[in-house]
Amino acid sequence: MILLNVSFRVTRGQTRVILGPSGSGKSTILRLLMGLWQPDSGNILVNGEDITQVPPERMREIRRSMGIVFQQGALFDSMTVGENVGYTLLEDRHSEEEIEAAVEKYLRMVGLDPGLRDRMPDELSGGMQRRVAIARALAARNPGILLYDEPTTGLDPQSAERITDLIVHLRDAMGKTSIMVTHDIADAFKVGNRITVLDRGVVVFEGTSEELNEAKDPFIEEFLAPFRKAIAAANTREDCDPGMERLAPAPPPPRPQPGGSP
Amino acid sequence: MEALTAVGNRLRRVLEVVQDVTLFCVSVLRSAFFPPYYKHEILEQIHFSMIGSMFIVMFSALVAGQALAIQLARELAKQGAKSELGHFMVISSVRALGPVLTGIVVASRMSAGITAELGTMKSSNQIDALIAFGTDPMKRLVAPRMIGLWIALPVLTILGDTLSVIGGGFIGLGYHVTLQSYYNGVARYLTPANLLVGMIKPIFFAILITTVACWKGLTAEGGAKGVGVATTESVVISSVGILVTDFICTKLIFRVLGW
Repeated sequence: MILLNVSFRVTRGQTRVILGPSGSGKSTILRLLMGLWQPDSGNILVNGEDITQVPPERMREIRRSMGIVFQQGALFDSMTVGENVGYTLLEDRHSEEEIEAAVEKYLRMVGLDPGLRDRMPDELSGGMQRRVAIARALAARNPGILLYDEPTTGLDPQSAERITDLIVHLRDAMGKTSIMVTHDIADAFKVGNRITVLDRGVVVFEGTSEELNEAKDPFIEEFLAPFRKAIAAANTREDCDPGMERLAPAPPPPRPQPGGSP
Repeated sequence: MEALTAVGNRLRRVLEVVQDVTLFCVSVLRSAFFPPYYKHEILEQIHFSMIGSMFIVMFSALVAGQALAIQLARELAKQGAKSELGHFMVISSVRALGPVLTGIVVASRMSAGITAELGTMKSSNQIDALIAFGTDPMKRLVAPRMIGLWIALPVLTILGDTLSVIGGGFIGLGYHVTLQSYYNGVARYLTPANLLVGMIKPIFFAILITTVACWKGLTAEGGAKGVGVATTESVVISSVGILVTDFICTKLIFRVLGW
């Protein structure tokens, strides 16, 4: 059993963060949402449609309304950056001009130079690869829902900051509904409108970042302890290490008006 | 009792694998026979398997053909039937040695490449990414490799057979078999039936190589080590499988043709 009685709703235009230690079943949730795996029981509703009951053809269409950024980016390493970003457009038989324009647009949107389009993924830094992965997810039929699987894992603080800024921007400026899986508490506080904490496949907390900060559950206390210690250490220093600044819990971003469908 | 249970469990696992591979093979064939087709990938695979394997197949066929011709010429000379060298070279090269040799050479090269590539793609989530973007990996990754080998393997087999027979002719010169006599033997036995036997086998070899290599790649687990193990197993199973398939094909063809 990987997940047990996991239940949450994501309101349109909001970001739900699934937070938890390694092996808690976070990535499994994303795979279930994408229909890559099937749950033994239960329902998964995407825009009101139960994806556990739909035939493969319909699932393929539903997937097109979602974009996913995998751990480490999962860029197609035999393709150039441009081919990666324009992959779904090529699949949908768009013209070369349309694909070129889209590649340029989405590379700019994620803060990358369109001149990188002819580079191979392994020629880019980890942070750039993640941004290409986000550009690819966005170019995939401009999805309304974006799923991020540990998007900042293994990145230096500056690159991680850029990625989380981008995730917030895509939600606030473009109204994307997002689900982000992470074990990084700072990222969760910065990005999440609501946070779900998992422990060994079971939901142990559900609420806002402020509520999480005040939660008294022993597991959460223990999970947040290193984060709190880091903040305390940073705050007690006279000269705050610039690298620690991103650890300070950010106030939760303004919430969109309720009323969107889950 | 425990030993029996262990044997039973082992047997069940083997049967499960056989069932999985068979279902996978059916799925591969379905993907290869029905559209949509990824033309660019198919052309890429034809190029990779045909052009990439050409030199090694030509070299192997030439050397193996000459080695075979030395053995045959020596024995035929003892029997006073040197003029039959062309005949025996056609039968042994076109019907038997050529397809098997080409199959094993291509299997060694292609199955390792396919398994390593797909295994790496799987371990780095690229396969999941394809599915997430609405692409069927069977259509995009597996079917082009099957179609590529269906085209490349018979062509390479013909090329290998040709070089093997030509090589035999040059060896024959050393045993006082004239080129004219050798050519007559070749021409007499290079019949459509013999060619058919040699050309049917590569079709089945292609199915075997693609099925084993892709299945091993797509089910590889355990990171780099797992991909390495899967690649080794893929080469071994494909190579041994070619010998077994050759035996089965030969039996069936002989029965069908009434030889």
